[in-house]
Amino acid sequence: MTAFAGLERGSQGPAQPPPDSGKTRGRWTPYFLLLPGMAWLAVFFIVPVVFLVSMSLQTGNIVDGYELTWNFGTYGDAITQYWDQFVRSFIYALIATVAALLIAYPLAYAIAFKAGRFKNLLLVMVIAPFFTSFLIRTLAWQVILQSDGIVVGIMEKLHIISLLQWLQLLPTDQVIFSPFAVITGLTYNFLPFMTLPLYASLERLDPRLLEAGGDLYARPFTSFRKITLPLSMPGVVAGTLLTFIPAAGDYINSHLLGNTSTTMIGQVIDGQFLRVLDYPTASALSVTLMATIVILVAVYVWRAGTEELV
Amino acid sequence: MALTAPADPADLVSTAQPGPPPVHRRSRNPITWVREHIVGIFAFLAFVYLLLPNAVVVLFSFNNPTGRFNYQWASFSTHAWTNVCEPAGLCSSLVLSLQVGVLATVGATVLGTMMAFAMSRHRFRGRAPTNLLIFLPMATPEVVMGSSLLTLFVNIGIPLGFWTILIAHIMFCLSFVVVTVKARMASLDPRLEQAAADLYANETQAFWRITFPLVAPGIAAAALLAFSLSFDDFIITNFNASPSSITFPMYVWGSATRGTPVQINVVGTLMFLIAILAVGISQFVSWRRSRRA
Repeated sequence: MTAFAGLERGSQGPAQPPPDSGKTRGRWTPYFLLLPGMAWLAVFFIVPVVFLVSMSLQTGNIVDGYELTWNFGTYGDAITQYWDQFVRSFIYALIATVAALLIAYPLAYAIAFKAGRFKNLLLVMVIAPFFTSFLIRTLAWQVILQSDGIVVGIMEKLHIISLLQWLQLLPTDQVIFSPFAVITGLTYNFLPFMTLPLYASLERLDPRLLEAGGDLYARPFTSFRKITLPLSMPGVVAGTLLTFIPAAGDYINSHLLGNTSTTMIGQVIDGQFLRVLDYPTASALSVTLMATIVILVAVYVWRAGTEELV
Repeated sequence: MALTAPADPADLVSTAQPGPPPVHRRSRNPITWVREHIVGIFAFLAFVYLLLPNAVVVLFSFNNPTGRFNYQWASFSTHAWTNVCEPAGLCSSLVLSLQVGVLATVGATVLGTMMAFAMSRHRFRGRAPTNLLIFLPMATPEVVMGSSLLTLFVNIGIPLGFWTILIAHIMFCLSFVVVTVKARMASLDPRLEQAAADLYANETQAFWRITFPLVAPGIAAAALLAFSLSFDDFIITNFNASPSSITFPMYVWGSATRGTPVQINVVGTLMFLIAILAVGISQFVSWRRSRRA
């Protein structure tokens, strides 16, 4: 390696041009390489979104067909009718994101600084739950949170049940099929998405900075607040986005672990599209969900001021 | 953290400052022990939270439930393990998921790797919109992607089924492949390719002999990621499937209301074991390679 150390990054290399150079790397090569994938994304991601927006402004029904009438009224009606589900989706997603951050931070911290040679093993254990189907694991929470189960027994002993009831997350004594169960499922399912970016940013942190903090009489908590936390902000921002966005649109958890009063907006969109077959209303809800998320994410990223996200 | 004795020369310099750094002595007091290991305790609890459902899935694959639902432990049985395909439709849904998964992986890996190469080894106009187009599908909720694709297929009149599922899966796996391969390429030393050029390798030779073998682990990781995303997807698939094309996640979803067969847990356990085995083998191979080198 040291033999090449003198070569500058991006220098054109040898004094004598090597044979055949420039024949295959034409000006058009990158465009040819990009074209198939970009076309796929354009046709099956961008074009459908255009169709979705157009559908939300059409009137008609599934039998007689639809006509573009620029009927913005659909949005007003749909948002008024499903306002509760919209608000609930964002509140659940927000609680799940905060909970995931609080759980994932110590986890990522321990793997990055305390795991030693078990680092890789522990990282595999973070991803391991992914290896079993999302739906099967969510169904397993029905078993874990059932009323006469061990977990609910422990929660009663520790007075967690009464705390959750006070927080309005448990309307009745039943733990399963409650807002708490849905949020538990959401937090659980997206926890690896929070842990991995946090780990990536913590792992890059130079431990000597913390030692320097200690040497300057900073207490461990002060070192954490002044050194670790600011330097891990890119991971915090990436992790919260990767958790919040899918959680807000998810309806597997609210369907499998909730009841009719925990319905999230994804469930409504699914039902309108696949059972009620009211395509304009369903499309308007879908567009509203996406627009809300884009605005929230833009504001969040702007406020957090992190540049290296993508 | 700061509590350990300094081992680096840099630390010896800093300890030379007036006044020694605070010294903490280990104590047998349980409260002090908890305070010293608080991060580890939280991490342990987080692992319990993460892995508890997997443990339940494995345990309940040996259950012999009394009703249609596999929620209450009744008695030990290996019946489900020896009769995996017994519930109607389970194995056909698995086969469909495998077919879609393999084809979507191949499609997304080829297209995504080409894009990653273009983006990390070439200059071209329109880099910012390209980045945006790759980032957007990852930042869009699945329900929006699924419903918008459904609107497209319904409007154009493409019948829902195997091909619409495959199209959707290639679409949402693509961005993840690009990001994974690009990350691997960014960690490569560009001087290796320049060295190959110095040694009179032409572009094609340099690519196939130097670049590709070095990027291959990244491509393999991207392909594995694409397969697991495709195999596990429910929401997008549910929007673009027909009653005659039921994937495995759709089968599980349906069984949550019809009654959950124990065999679902057997499949879940097998998936877990196969993945752990794959990780173990790849770790072993890289360990042996590093020993030989």
